[in-house]
Amino acid sequence: MDQRTLTTRRIPSLATPAWLRNTAVLWFIATVAVLVVGFRQALFIAPPDGELGDVQRIFYYHLSFAILGLIFPYINLIASIAYLYLRNRNPFKALGADALALASAQVTVLYVSLLLVTGMLYGRPVWGIWWTWDARLTSSFILWLIYVSYLLTRKLAPSEQIAPLSAVLAIFAAVDVPIVFMSIRWWRTQHPAPVFAGGEKSGLDPSMYPPVLWNLAGWFMWGIFIMAFRFFIERRRQRIEQEQALRTIEASLEEPQ
Amino acid sequence: MNYLHHLLNHLRKDLRLEWRSRDSINGMLFFALLVVAIFALAFDPTAYPTTTRQISGGVLWVAILFASVTALNQSWTREQRNQLLDAQRMAPSPASALFLGKALANLAFVLSVEIVLAPIFIIFYNLHALGNVALLALILPLGTWALVVNGTFFAALGLRARNRELLLPLLLFPISLPALLAMVQSTTGILTNDIDPIQIGLWIKQLAVYDIIFTTLCILLFETILNAE
Repeated sequence: MDQRTLTTRRIPSLATPAWLRNTAVLWFIATVAVLVVGFRQALFIAPPDGELGDVQRIFYYHLSFAILGLIFPYINLIASIAYLYLRNRNPFKALGADALALASAQVTVLYVSLLLVTGMLYGRPVWGIWWTWDARLTSSFILWLIYVSYLLTRKLAPSEQIAPLSAVLAIFAAVDVPIVFMSIRWWRTQHPAPVFAGGEKSGLDPSMYPPVLWNLAGWFMWGIFIMAFRFFIERRRQRIEQEQALRTIEASLEEPQ
Repeated sequence: MNYLHHLLNHLRKDLRLEWRSRDSINGMLFFALLVVAIFALAFDPTAYPTTTRQISGGVLWVAILFASVTALNQSWTREQRNQLLDAQRMAPSPASALFLGKALANLAFVLSVEIVLAPIFIIFYNLHALGNVALLALILPLGTWALVVNGTFFAALGLRARNRELLLPLLLFPISLPALLAMVQSTTGILTNDIDPIQIGLWIKQLAVYDIIFTTLCILLFETILNAE
């Protein structure tokens, strides 16, 4: 690359465009509204559970985190594959994919953490213990461990290698997660059978559908919101880094040799 | 044929390096012995034969896992001396041959440690297996390969990281947990004879499938890791 292209090619401005800001505000308001409806449905409208009473209401949150904790890893996988594909074809887009991979991994860790915490709060009154090494608890915990180790790698890897190394690791993680779930299912199980598509006795009472669906939608929107937030912060950090790198190159070219 | 030739060359080189220094094998063996001794302090293996049978499988694999991490951490640092790794990158041989050669060499090291460790383990823990011991000849190599193939890969992945020694176990342990579960369960099943032989067979099959999946993944992605700049 010669000097002219280096000095004339400018990185887009760091300011957030107005449409993005407006969309974010609208999305945030909508998310909070849905979460409020979900809260009302779960805590006040849904009838208390026949056996468990009011404690069961935490289930509406627990279930949402369980489902979403398995959706965001897929975003991470897709973004990581996109990164590896674009890496040598379109480096700028590849950086975007990397930022998305980071954001989705963070949301995954957040939601799986919430899943584990709500699970413990649910397990204590219902089973009498905070934790047991049953199939679903163990596999959720391993899911959490895998994505925490992904985030740790991003911290420890040398900065110029973070993106490719973590993309490779994300593929390993995504391949490992279904294996973990299957192998631990063979091992032991104490958790109630899967709520959806889990056999004859599974399924929800119709009165439970509104709180489940509202909360699921609300937490999904919230996850998308913080993921996008994190994505744009990471994009901005990348742009600043590039800007600084370019400045350094320009400065070194302008110096009299 | 050509690929096999490259692979054998890499393997021969790693084996020769180890034969001359014997760093990894000695280190691993002593480390595994220490783990076995420490677990013997934590519970009395000779006083409770039933408990010993129930947990020996786990102790054995934990010792092997920790010991192999010490060797895996060193296996790529050898290549860093004198910029050897850069030379490997420029070499016309496929990158995965380099990886497979090293993984096979590491497999040989860890297996040789196990061959020495197993009798010591049996003597120290007063073990009397109740199940079909011959199956261990299948479980040990399959389980070791699961640890070594991922371990060699992640050691290369973390090679230029700031705390390389820390990063390898952080990556290797969570990803290996399903394999570890299968190894520990099948080994315990053989020692105690509590688990249905069909289920032991299932665990071994699962281990084999795990090996196939992750070996494929490592071979496919190693070039990305080697050239990640």
